[in-house]
Amino acid sequence: MRVVIVGAGEVGSSIAASLAGSHEVVVIDIDRERVESLQYEVDVLAIQGDGASLGTLEDANIRDADMLIASTDDDETNIVTCGTAKTVNADCFTISRVKNTKFLETWRHAEGAFGVDFMVGTNLLTAQTIVSVIGLPAANDVESFAGGRVQMAEFRIEPESHIVGQTVQEADRFDSLTFAGLVRDGDVIIPDGSSRIEADDEVVVIGSRDSVRQFATEVSPDDNNNASNVLIVGGSDIGFHTARLLEARGLKPRMIERDHDHARALAEDLPGTTVMESDATDREFLEREHVDEVDVVVAALDNDEKNLLACLLAKRLGAERAVAIVDAGEYVDLFEAVGIDVAVNPREATAEEITRFTRERQAENVAIIEHDQAEVIEIEVDSASELVGRPIREAITDLPDGVVFGAITRNGDYVVPRGDTVLETDDHVVLFVDAAVVEQAAGMF
Amino acid sequence: MSRLRVDWRSATSLVGSVLKYLAVPLVLPLIVAIGYGEDVLPFVATMVVTVLVGLALERLDDDPDLGAREAFLMVSLTWLSVAVVGTIPYVLAGWGTQSTLVNPVNALFESMSGFTTTGATVMGSIGFDRHSHALLLWRQLTQWLGGMGIVVLAVAILPELSVGGAQLMDAEAPGPGIEKLSPRIAATARALWLAYLGFTVLEFLLLYGLHHAGYAPNMHLYNAVAHPLTTLPTGGFSPEARSIEAFSAAVQWVIIPFMVVAGTNFALFWRAFQRDGPVFSKDGEFRFYAGTMAVLSAVVAGLLFAGLGPGLASIAENVLPIPGNVERAARHATFQVVSIVTTTGYASMDFNTWSQPAQYLLLFAMFVGGSAGSTGGAIKIVRWLVIIKSLKRELFTTVHPEAVSPVRLGGRTLDERAIRGIYGFTLLYLVIFFVSVGLLAINTARVGYSLDVLELMSAIAATLGNVGPGFGAIGPMNSYLDFSPSSKLFMVFLMWIGRLEIFPVLVLLTQAYWRS
Repeated sequence: MRVVIVGAGEVGSSIAASLAGSHEVVVIDIDRERVESLQYEVDVLAIQGDGASLGTLEDANIRDADMLIASTDDDETNIVTCGTAKTVNADCFTISRVKNTKFLETWRHAEGAFGVDFMVGTNLLTAQTIVSVIGLPAANDVESFAGGRVQMAEFRIEPESHIVGQTVQEADRFDSLTFAGLVRDGDVIIPDGSSRIEADDEVVVIGSRDSVRQFATEVSPDDNNNASNVLIVGGSDIGFHTARLLEARGLKPRMIERDHDHARALAEDLPGTTVMESDATDREFLEREHVDEVDVVVAALDNDEKNLLACLLAKRLGAERAVAIVDAGEYVDLFEAVGIDVAVNPREATAEEITRFTRERQAENVAIIEHDQAEVIEIEVDSASELVGRPIREAITDLPDGVVFGAITRNGDYVVPRGDTVLETDDHVVLFVDAAVVEQAAGMF
Repeated sequence: MSRLRVDWRSATSLVGSVLKYLAVPLVLPLIVAIGYGEDVLPFVATMVVTVLVGLALERLDDDPDLGAREAFLMVSLTWLSVAVVGTIPYVLAGWGTQSTLVNPVNALFESMSGFTTTGATVMGSIGFDRHSHALLLWRQLTQWLGGMGIVVLAVAILPELSVGGAQLMDAEAPGPGIEKLSPRIAATARALWLAYLGFTVLEFLLLYGLHHAGYAPNMHLYNAVAHPLTTLPTGGFSPEARSIEAFSAAVQWVIIPFMVVAGTNFALFWRAFQRDGPVFSKDGEFRFYAGTMAVLSAVVAGLLFAGLGPGLASIAENVLPIPGNVERAARHATFQVVSIVTTTGYASMDFNTWSQPAQYLLLFAMFVGGSAGSTGGAIKIVRWLVIIKSLKRELFTTVHPEAVSPVRLGGRTLDERAIRGIYGFTLLYLVIFFVSVGLLAINTARVGYSLDVLELMSAIAATLGNVGPGFGAIGPMNSYLDFSPSSKLFMVFLMWIGRLEIFPVLVLLTQAYWRS
């Protein structure tokens, strides 16, 4: 597939890097230095120019492209770029990244509007990520598969957790749950029954919704089963959408916003949220509002440092968990190291979503683990596949190393994958796969 | 002395335009007078006077130009002048008879009470032996004209009012602010009047149908026309001396829903008609309105069923005993509560015979009022709803001083200025009420006419809120006749400002309005 990416910022270059291995990628950016450095870092063709102009797109040979990804920081530029590409190549699949949710709403209302075939709303996506993380105590990442019957979740194992030191076999007490992978010091390990779980590991589990939830309470039993007391600091667009999504789940979150007029506007748009006009660093105010009883603090201010400060203060005053939005990708690990439970990077979330989408056109659903070292994918078993009719124990020997069967759904029912489970046509299998062998493994089903 | 900043010529000229059209509705009593072979002079003379005065006033300004200030003056003057012209038939028809309306003060009281849909009367005795069919129909008709608003009707019909129409309707329509239902204000005014007319015709058909079906022997054609004309405007006049007590239980049950309709925001009917979907159940004001009446009715019905009250034994002969009878207790309680809350003022029986608690609840109900955009008077249910909600917020922000919580009404948030306006209005209403009770007490004591506090309070609440009957000496089967002329004129003033919701009239009394 020939892919043109417009905008080589954090999002664009991250997508380019993950697609370069299996596709022909052309990257366009207006900044000459960035174009040059990208040329050397990744195996792509980089062109300097304005992606919204037809001339530049022609230079990138847009007429032969199968896909265009507009991922600059400017919403209007991205949308116009997609529209421009469509004028010369109507078959080109266009993906646009937008921050402002109003464009996303228009696009959803009339799919294909603006000449955009797929639109990724950065702010909304980030809010959705935050809400799904809030929904499952202790999880840093949650994705659903097979129409919601299968869930993948990534947990960080705190040193106090009592599964530290246990083997995978001992920890896996749930029938419909598979320990698919461990992330230790940034490396992905495929565990077997005897692998020992250490503090600060991240475990990736795949299973039914209930079993994942039970495991979540097992990992950190002190957590409330349902985070219900949520405090959002900062009424940014992401903060607003987080509150809105939480309201839709029936929660009554609280929000702190400093600006008088903005606080009023938020309060008008969020009937289920208590908006408070104050400074999130006002300790006396936080104590009066009983921050110590808060289950989750979400820092959604417009500045990374302020988010860090707000989260640390809230945790110090007794808040259970802290989720921070981190705009600079390189801070994510740093934030999590100093005590932020989950750091969400909007750009990373966007890049993942776009990469996911390009993959999804082959697989049915994809989740990306630890900066794309591994992926969780959902595939429907084709009748022509040579794996049909064979038990998993045999099938696994034909598949490349680094593939774990996480779950199977057959005619809508959950099937626990065991060594003697025989694969059938039209089964939906959810696999944990090392990123290096994704294409190879996916091709065998 | 600085120059006047109000273009009073424009305003008065437009009053003239409205006034001359008052001749048109006078045709109806004229026809009735001819039909019954009664005196036509009072109506012909009034038609001549209203057209001449109207044309004369119109000449004050060839090209009237209406601003926000002129709108207040125009609306206030229109109501005053219409009431004054409306006295002519009463005075002329009563000439040489025993009618109490020969006295111009009494005639003005009756006319203002009619146009403002109050329903308080100073007629010594109501009946066809003393008054012609035509005159009593005119009395009913004044309420129907005043109900949806004379100015709203004028905006609907007169093209010259279309530009400043929204301001005029705003000054006249009950409730905080008008709702434009269509891009053109004249179309909105027409829609409101059309719904109003439609319900009036429907009630007539039902009442007359009951008569033919044999359930209402005395609801003959005349009565079947006369009563819808005062139900829909929440008026309360009846050509029957004993109000709705004169009719069968079936008639009373039919009238209840029409009073409820009259106290409902007419914009809701318009919207329900335009598109399907739950318009009424989603409207916060309507839910509160219906809920308030349901709770009050249930409590009063319980009191009546239990038979509390010394007077219940001595009720009129044609009213069957109530204690212990579910249907009668429910009917009289619901009828009276709905009648008072919507400020109609009909009576299904003399509620002077009720117990103290039941009467107190009715006094309380006099302050509730109908919905915004209805024909009802008093404070209006929507204001109470907003006050309750903002007080709740006040309690919340006492605990959480930093919380920003807008007051919501039907999914929309209310502007803080609107809330302040609502507080201001309600407070002003209550202050005027208490001051007026004091003034009336002094003035009645001065002439040796003694009333107790409940009677005095009910008199003011009933005239300021355009309800009509009060308690005791001014109860539903009695009249306001015994007040001194000065007290009557004062109550004429209260009815006038009450109908226009105080501000449009009161603003005329400020210096800032006329200058600067």
